[in-house]
Amino acid sequence: MIAMAKSKALGTGIKLYLMACVSLTVVVSGSVIVLLGKESIEFFSQVPFFDFLFGSRWEPLLEPKSFGVLPLLSGTFLIVVGSISIALPFGLLIAIYLSEFASHRFRSIIKPALEILAGIPTVVYGYFALTFVTPILKSIWPETEVFNAASAFIVVGIMILPMVTSLSDDAFRALPSSLKEGAYALGATPLEVSIQVILPAASLRVWAAVILAISRAVGETMAVSIAAGANPKLTLNPLESIQTMTAYIVQVSMGDTPQGGVEYLTCFAVAGLLFVLTWSMNALGSHFIFAKGKN
Amino acid sequence: MSENIIEAKDLRIFYGMNEAVKGVSFKIKKGEVTAVIGPSGCGKSTVLRSFNRMNDFISNIKITGGLSFEGDEIYGPKMDPAVIRRDIGMVFQRPNPFPKSIYKNIVWGPKINGYKHNWDELVEKALRRAALWDEVKDRLHDSALDLSGGQQQRLCIARTIAMSPKVILMDEPCSALDPKATARIEDLIGELKKRYTIVTVTHNMQQAARISDETAFFYEGELIEFGNTNELFTNPKEKRTEDYITGRFG
Repeated sequence: MIAMAKSKALGTGIKLYLMACVSLTVVVSGSVIVLLGKESIEFFSQVPFFDFLFGSRWEPLLEPKSFGVLPLLSGTFLIVVGSISIALPFGLLIAIYLSEFASHRFRSIIKPALEILAGIPTVVYGYFALTFVTPILKSIWPETEVFNAASAFIVVGIMILPMVTSLSDDAFRALPSSLKEGAYALGATPLEVSIQVILPAASLRVWAAVILAISRAVGETMAVSIAAGANPKLTLNPLESIQTMTAYIVQVSMGDTPQGGVEYLTCFAVAGLLFVLTWSMNALGSHFIFAKGKN
Repeated sequence: MSENIIEAKDLRIFYGMNEAVKGVSFKIKKGEVTAVIGPSGCGKSTVLRSFNRMNDFISNIKITGGLSFEGDEIYGPKMDPAVIRRDIGMVFQRPNPFPKSIYKNIVWGPKINGYKHNWDELVEKALRRAALWDEVKDRLHDSALDLSGGQQQRLCIARTIAMSPKVILMDEPCSALDPKATARIEDLIGELKKRYTIVTVTHNMQQAARISDETAFFYEGELIEFGNTNELFTNPKEKRTEDYITGRFG
């Protein structure tokens, strides 16, 4: 009887503890949303919403002040497009190679190597971009600035490559082997099987991988702060220095911007926008991953 | 009477150290239905899948001895597995159509192999031969996954026929189907034998007796008995064959 009572009490205790852990995550997410919302509302009481979203000049710290977020958005956009156009083709090719062509031995070497890429601290990537990638770019295009978007999106592309590869590889492996066998039995080559059968059949989950990778690139901070510069400029030239939304938040948080002023509040408005962007990306990605039906 | 299309001589298949097929020799006759029976793990599927080199995907497999198709060594150094699979098609245990339209399921194989056809004609011919045409002729561009299991399996047969193979291998083609769908596939096999050589693995001895001309009985990696189906079922030469077909084990 005593033993039973004891185990029941233990069970209740564990249950309460687990619930507390779960509640904590909800409370933290909730607080972030409330904080961002509250400070953003404060910001938009001083700066019109349209001036913020569609203004093309971002100079909150200099007179005359201007709060158009488009330069920061274009900076983030440049990083995302650049890094995805590196990570997607290479990531898919590696995943296809691993699933259809590589020997078991080779696979067992490459997989951990990719995971090491994912484990490198982002600040290291930043310095790698600044001291290794930029000089190479400069030797090809002499007009390259010291801080430039290209070096940043190249390293961000390398950073998100393992994510694209491993999620795509999982997607390929999740397909029933009977599908592949059916294709091979019709005289298909490994290349035809991977491009025409495996890739289309796994396409939803591959898209999900891409969206999660985009979301990671949007949120990437350290490497872009170091390598891309702090120059909010509405440009699509990757050789110029730019500033992303995340890099701006770092600049304000680390600087001596007085608390409470509208300059300080910009940080929350930008963070709010960033939050909405990445959150919708993640929601879209999960929607694809858990999408039933044709996949 | 009829010529042989596939010949095995002392065929041995190893998974790692484990000898799954222990030196079997047989001849598959052209234009006949050969049923391969035996209890689970007797090596019958392994043998079947060696005919079109579907075992190539298993990393630690080793195959020795002779295995020839129309006189060419299937595991010979010059043989391209993709080429042998054009002549030796396969229908699998579970229906595995591609997640594409019915039409595309049929034309995909011939297309990637560079065949030239009037595609509409080919689709109709293949579906008619697979006894599926009347059921799907109005929805050729719907997804193949919308078909019932039995229809999907007949589509897989149509897809195989579209390649104009010489041999069709069937690996327990009815095991995932209900009795009605099974009966349709069995009737279909009777039709198909007019044009193709068929080798089918089955767990179901009544089925083997119904559909095949020749039967091979495998047990623990050995070929115990191979001969005319009627004789094998009514007057087996081997004690183990008799025990198996009368249901004493297996």
